[in-house]
Amino acid sequence: MSTTAITPTPVPFGRRVKRFMADRPLIPLIILLVILVVILQILRPGIVNERWIANTIKFAIPLAILAGCQTMTMLTGGIDLSVGTVATMSAFIMATQVVNQDPAVAFLLAMMPAVLIGIVNGIGVGVFRVHPLIMTLGTSLIGTGCLQVYQRTVIASGAKIPDFLAWLGTGLTWGIPNALLLFVPLAALIVFTLARTGFGRLLYAVGDNERATRLSGVQYWQVITALYVISSVLAGITGLLYIGLIKAPSLSLAEPLVLPSVAAAVIGGTSIFGGRGGYTGTIIGALILTVLTTLLTILQMPEGARRILFGLIVLFVTAAYLRIVEER
Amino acid sequence: MSHFLRRQGWVSGLFALFVALFIITKLIQPAYGSGDFGSLARAVLPYAFAVAAQTVVVIAGGIDLSVAAMMALTSVTAASMMAGASEEYALFVVPFVLAMGFVLGAVNGMLIVVTRVPDIVVTLATLFVLQGAALLVLDAPGGGAAEWLKGLISGTVPIPGLPDSIDAWLPKALLVLIVCLCIIWIPLRRSRLGLSIYAIGSSELAAFRSGVPVKRTRIIAYALSGLFAAMGGLALTMSTGIGAPIPGPYLLASVAAVVLGGVALGGGKGGLLGPIVAVFVLRLVRTDLTLLAIDPNVTAIIEGAIMVAVVMFGAFITMRGRQ
Repeated sequence: MSTTAITPTPVPFGRRVKRFMADRPLIPLIILLVILVVILQILRPGIVNERWIANTIKFAIPLAILAGCQTMTMLTGGIDLSVGTVATMSAFIMATQVVNQDPAVAFLLAMMPAVLIGIVNGIGVGVFRVHPLIMTLGTSLIGTGCLQVYQRTVIASGAKIPDFLAWLGTGLTWGIPNALLLFVPLAALIVFTLARTGFGRLLYAVGDNERATRLSGVQYWQVITALYVISSVLAGITGLLYIGLIKAPSLSLAEPLVLPSVAAAVIGGTSIFGGRGGYTGTIIGALILTVLTTLLTILQMPEGARRILFGLIVLFVTAAYLRIVEER
Repeated sequence: MSHFLRRQGWVSGLFALFVALFIITKLIQPAYGSGDFGSLARAVLPYAFAVAAQTVVVIAGGIDLSVAAMMALTSVTAASMMAGASEEYALFVVPFVLAMGFVLGAVNGMLIVVTRVPDIVVTLATLFVLQGAALLVLDAPGGGAAEWLKGLISGTVPIPGLPDSIDAWLPKALLVLIVCLCIIWIPLRRSRLGLSIYAIGSSELAAFRSGVPVKRTRIIAYALSGLFAAMGGLALTMSTGIGAPIPGPYLLASVAAVVLGGVALGGGKGGLLGPIVAVFVLRLVRTDLTLLAIDPNVTAIIEGAIMVAVVMFGAFITMRGRQ
């Protein structure tokens, strides 16, 4: 019986590549990003310059923060589809309240719906065990309704973008986007929280084996509620940043970011089933998607085709990921 | 009779709720009459098909997030094919769109079976894909519908021998709904296939060990869901006369009605009647809110809150049942 086990079988090349990709998901991602940039440069020689890079980073940052929400919720096996509505709400409220209010008060008002939606999401998912997808879809529907009612009350007062947000969203300092001032500490905080703190470890644990985590004395609902509140607050901050970038408040401002944010997290190697992944991959995923969007725009691909592509990406990456994990 | 009541307890309770709501409606607005009931039936039509699509999949132990997107795609396909075409051409469009829904649903099921990715992820991905496809077909609301199709759901069913006062309470839309659902559901329920769908929803392993072709059954369940969704898409085109590429709120509504209709989200339990009555209840609540002269946007909030509450309640029941 045991004689066959001694001779080591040579590992086929394909499997070795797969294992390598599973162990170091960042390297293939960076290679993919570089390939996309090279293709872009070939299609439009000279497009890749300092200004283009700054622009790409500017547009990738809101996406990357929203994808951070998805990464954290996906680590627990969830998803947060209400981020688009939350970001839109806080952006719209900020833009309309700042007309008559002190910016600090407007900021607090703008973050209020984010916290509320986060709490409702957390309670629905954590206490009542509704599937996160359904729950966050429901709260985003309610949020949109509230925003429409709110819009009527402020129709007369108009809206303006605070100078500070415009500076943060679009400004450049020595060719470097100011938004990085917000993003770098935020990203560092998320990476640190996920990798080094008890809360981060709880997220991985809940996603990996919820029952075992609960039996070890973890209050599941507290972790989930805290997580969804954090996710919503991050989405609210993204909204503020995004309004500074787009400069046109509307009722569907951040909705187009929801789908790419899920795709970015999935591409970045975070498992949609929970327990695996991290934020660094997601950031690169967001960059890849932003470059890809530029590429598709240059190729004059319509919005519909872009959505199809994003859907297929989510499906194929998840299926491929499942194969890699199963082979181990 | 008592046996029937016990077995159909949930559905009869829902029906009582519907009657109670109806009486309340009559109290709020004494003029509420047969015409308004007709428009209620027309408004219910797309929701009811969405719910039927969701019900089949949920009974089979899955969930289909792509229902609303499928409806949008089938609706724009039908509307853009019928725009400017002859009345007879629509006779060809309807079966084509239904077949399209069936095939796309089957693709959903095949993706789930082949990739072994959980249904919720696969249908989320196909939700994106179908939404994109709908935008490719029509990038803004437009298209047209054949007159006879529109006429199919407006007005009432003339039954000879019945007085007009009763006849007026039989809107054509209701008849279309009942006929379409019965044609598929009753033979299904009585067939081996229907039993298999319940079996895989109840316990996949037990079903597999009893010789049920689990994979094939799952694919067929999703294909039927696609077929119902295509009917919903056609109903949308029929009632509005155009096709809109942006999916309506049918996904959440379908899940809420399924839960309210007594179909366990775990699968294997319930029937089609409960969710359909539930959809009527949810729509009637909306009518009442409108009759109370509440701002339509506030109505949307209340409606959303009710649906979320229903889904939370359903999840709570499922959780209690498991313990």
